[in-house]
Amino acid sequence: MKEKQIQKFLMGILRVALLIFGVSAAAFFLLAISPIDPLQSNVGQGALGAMSQEQVEKLKAYWGADTPMIQRFFTWAWDFVRGDMGVSLLYRRKVSEILWEKAAGSLGMMALAWLLSGGMGFFLGSLAGAKQGKWQDRLITGYSLLMASTPAFFLALLLLMIFSVWLKILPVGFSVPVGVEASQVSFADRAVHAILPAAALSLTGISNIALHTREKMIEVMESDYVLFARARGEDTRRIIRRHCLRNIALPAMTLQFASVSEIFGGSVLVEQVFSYPGLGQAAVNAGLGSDVPLLLGITVVTAVLVFGGNALANLLYGMIDPRIKRGDGI
Amino acid sequence: MEKEELLKVDGLSISFRQYTRGLRQRELPVINDLSLTVRAGEMTAVVGASGSGKSLLAHGILGILPYNASVSGRIYYEGRELDAPLRRHIVGTEVALVPQSVSCLDPLMQVGEQVRNGKKSPSARERCRSLLNRYGLGKEVESQYPFELSGGMARRVLISTALMETPKLVIADEPTPGLHLAAAKRVLGHFREIADQGAGVLLITHDLELALEVADRIAVFYAGTTVEEMPAEHFQKEGLLLHPYSQALYRAMPEHGFQALPGVQPYVTERGPGCVFAARCPHGKEECGKTEIPVKETAGGWVKCLRKELP
Repeated sequence: MKEKQIQKFLMGILRVALLIFGVSAAAFFLLAISPIDPLQSNVGQGALGAMSQEQVEKLKAYWGADTPMIQRFFTWAWDFVRGDMGVSLLYRRKVSEILWEKAAGSLGMMALAWLLSGGMGFFLGSLAGAKQGKWQDRLITGYSLLMASTPAFFLALLLLMIFSVWLKILPVGFSVPVGVEASQVSFADRAVHAILPAAALSLTGISNIALHTREKMIEVMESDYVLFARARGEDTRRIIRRHCLRNIALPAMTLQFASVSEIFGGSVLVEQVFSYPGLGQAAVNAGLGSDVPLLLGITVVTAVLVFGGNALANLLYGMIDPRIKRGDGI
Repeated sequence: MEKEELLKVDGLSISFRQYTRGLRQRELPVINDLSLTVRAGEMTAVVGASGSGKSLLAHGILGILPYNASVSGRIYYEGRELDAPLRRHIVGTEVALVPQSVSCLDPLMQVGEQVRNGKKSPSARERCRSLLNRYGLGKEVESQYPFELSGGMARRVLISTALMETPKLVIADEPTPGLHLAAAKRVLGHFREIADQGAGVLLITHDLELALEVADRIAVFYAGTTVEEMPAEHFQKEGLLLHPYSQALYRAMPEHGFQALPGVQPYVTERGPGCVFAARCPHGKEECGKTEIPVKETAGGWVKCLRKELP
């Protein structure tokens, strides 16, 4: 048993390593073959035009633009393994520093969106499933389908228009108030600025969880054990509390952890709309600016977080579901 | 002396509203004009082929049919008509169901909690333990989950759930499939014991031979209805059986020649207004399939048949 666990753990580590390697290699080569010229985007069109051919060649040699792709990748990879993530071309600072800064800005917002979409999705989904075919179900299903087909950035624009432009109750963008010294920014300020991006992210995220939870709820409501509970005189309320929630919680949880990737994907667009200086926006800038070290850094961090989410789901599932927990021991 | 009539089902019909094509609906009469009685301290077995809608009878009595089912006919419990308020009062306490399979247990709830049905008092715990103990299930079973039970254990757990509240009527829905003969006999023995202790037992089964060993009365189920109800001993002699289908069942038993009746049961949509057995009946006359068949009282039971030579 103990050996098996260690083996499992080592397999997990190996998997993360392979994943990081694959993801960073893919990102690297996609960026390398992209038509964006790193020289042009970093020096600027005008400045590059003003330089002599000789200067351009020198610059190319300095940045190693002529070294073969594979060699460049492995140089980066070797440094990364030793803990050096490189220097960002755009920010002229260490990638690790920028990652810390950006993550601190947007991880809170993303966590808020993640919790909101999970909680609301679970609640709405179980309500819709329990009231299958009734008006509550129609309303929730309708909302979910509408939201599932709405791109997050469009919703973000809509929220921006309503709450910031028309109603003027929430800030238009950024993660802190404009013109305030960094030391003066309060937690409340940050929270207020996170509301709209988090709402845009979670409103679309709700539908996925709600629709899946609803399906599962309907399945459970039609199950033999719910029918038998009715035959034992249990009323609907008690059945939902005693049998349904227990049985739909596990699939909902798996979905919730798997949705970490969706939150990250959505944040790239939403942060762009709200000019929210987080990981998502940094990823867009890095991609458009051919900032390879920064983009790879963000890619790796994101991949690890998403992997971590899924791994945690697996782990919790095994701990909570008796069928897996006890089945494992046999 | 006649024992007290606990449950009387009189002309029960259950049909389902079904969409055929587009918005066209049709009524699917699955159970039609079914009657039977269960007395306190006795076991009545409803015997009929698998998949012919017998389980719906149990669901109909308990009032747990799906929303698209419609029910007509009367059900009496202790002489009172069984309506929704009375059901709320007795279902789960005085009337208990022992369902078919382990899938009726909540897969994520420990056995003990399911048997106790949420009760936490020391007396409930005590009762749960003694029930499981009575069926040879140890203390460790209480903290097990349904997936850890064998088929036979699951049956005994299901029986325990029914007895938690000391019911007056136990409805056992196909309690034996999937069990080997000895285990099946043991399970039926448990139901016999329940009846001997004073409760009425309605046993729904496809296994005539096993039913004959334990039941007091047999209600013969064919194509959605009961065609004859009689004391179980009548099955010892073909002459005592009145309905041609009961006789056919008798002859199909291994010790009585193993003769299978040609043909199959009519599907719900193919049933005419008259006798459901008319098409396969060796004595069938033309009017059998057309007119409604009246119930004829007999010695110890009743039969639905037009034959003149009936006593």
